[in-house]
Amino acid sequence: MREGALVLTIANPTPSWNPLDDLAMLFHYDFMVHAFQAGTIVAIVAGAIGYFVVLRGSSFAAHALSHIGFAGAAGAVVLGLSPVLGLLAFTLGSGSVIGALGSRLRGRDVTIGIVLAWTLGLGVLFISLYTGYATEAYALLFGEILGISVRDVLVTLIAGAITLAALVFVYRPLLFSSVDEELASARGVPVTALSIAFMAILAVAVTEAVQVVGVLLIFALIVTPAAIAIRFTCHPPYAIGIGVGLALLFTWLGLAIAYFSPHPVSFFITSLAFFTYLGVRISEPLRRLLV
Amino acid sequence: MTARYDGRAVWSDASFEIPVGSFTAVLGPNGSGKTTLLRMVLGQLGPSSGSLQVFGRPPRRGDATIGYVPQRSDFDPELSIGGRDFVHLGLDGHRWGIDLFGKVDHGAIDAALEAVGAAVYAEKSIGRLSGGEQQRLLLAQALVGDPRLLLMDEPLSYLDVRNQATIVQLISDVARRRNLTVVLIAHDVNPLLRHVDSVVYVAAGRVAMGKPEDIITSERLTEIYGAPVEVIRDSRGRVFVVGLEEEIAHPHA
Repeated sequence: MREGALVLTIANPTPSWNPLDDLAMLFHYDFMVHAFQAGTIVAIVAGAIGYFVVLRGSSFAAHALSHIGFAGAAGAVVLGLSPVLGLLAFTLGSGSVIGALGSRLRGRDVTIGIVLAWTLGLGVLFISLYTGYATEAYALLFGEILGISVRDVLVTLIAGAITLAALVFVYRPLLFSSVDEELASARGVPVTALSIAFMAILAVAVTEAVQVVGVLLIFALIVTPAAIAIRFTCHPPYAIGIGVGLALLFTWLGLAIAYFSPHPVSFFITSLAFFTYLGVRISEPLRRLLV
Repeated sequence: MTARYDGRAVWSDASFEIPVGSFTAVLGPNGSGKTTLLRMVLGQLGPSSGSLQVFGRPPRRGDATIGYVPQRSDFDPELSIGGRDFVHLGLDGHRWGIDLFGKVDHGAIDAALEAVGAAVYAEKSIGRLSGGEQQRLLLAQALVGDPRLLLMDEPLSYLDVRNQATIVQLISDVARRRNLTVVLIAHDVNPLLRHVDSVVYVAAGRVAMGKPEDIITSERLTEIYGAPVEVIRDSRGRVFVVGLEEEIAHPHA
């Protein structure tokens, strides 16, 4: 964010409305290239895993995971460690516990809410203990995609590849147990182990996505594209494809718009996601009339 | 055999054999241990004493020779999965990874959908279908792996009378065509009376098996419950079990 903000105020680019020139300008600076690379990886992973988050009704769990992760990241900063480490440790830990609570448990959301409230308090304490810049915390909360280094892109790529590989491996039994846990269990699918594994995969995906949109805005890339996709198709591979496509579109467009504007990238990504969802929901009765 | 659930004996001294190719209804009041019996056949619970064999083998989880339809009210209307995709899961949903080389037997999915008459709405989202349509897709999902035994937990409970009759007829027809053994838990025996070969009656910690006309009598049920029970038949041959506190509120067999 710091680096990005600095460059933006100096460069203050304005679009020429010639697509080729604008594209060349967009990729003129390394920080923009890195932002597009990391954004692309994160969008693919978030769009794919988001389908299962929506199908399993785990939106709140995904949301909580990112907030709990914030406490971990803030704690790591206090200890002088990389915030990503703290983020990953807390999301993985809490994700496994949430997974073990089961995916259809009625009291689950209450338990998550209680733990969430406490860890947020913990996060506040850690920020107050940290005497350095508040920008570190700010970046975690709202994302710092314009401040991503080559090394960050590489780490994101590796983490993204692992997440996708894990998702491919558990694809069919995960789909089965997300649709009907009882049936899947009767067919010998280890539903509880799978629920824990899924939350662990989600924890890694959340940790990645936090770099782009931040803890508070994670919904825009994980939940919204998938929520839009399932309104168009009930065929799982298509829904995943549409979700990934939308997440990519929001990220790319958000980055491009933000480049020519003084406002933050996260705002544009979340707004694109929100208004697309809104448009789809509003147009639904109309489409039903036409078809 | 004796079954325990949460440390409590659900029923004991059960001994029966269900012939291959027969249609058996499992009856009894709520909480009597009907679902416990089903879970034992599925290999999810073991008998606390005695033994159980399914086609001459001890039950094991994920047995492909068993097609299972669990008890449920309705699918969440927001659940976005197509009927065909749902049936597909019955075929390979338990396998790891993705179907990379398209090895899935689409013929088997088509055949299962045809067998239950669900082909017309197979592309629609399951959450948006009616209870009867959902029940047909659940049945197709159980049939798609070509099982020998069909286990169903209260498939009729949430259907209206007309749908109950249609689904029972469908199960009966499919079972005969595919030479399936059917074990079906029901709350009310009446929609099943013309189709079942035998009933397993689970009540008051006891399990009795026999032909429906032999089991559902005042004498036998009084003996099973250990309390005076009366079976009343109306002019259309429907049976009603009366005389038990909980059964007065729910006048079903």
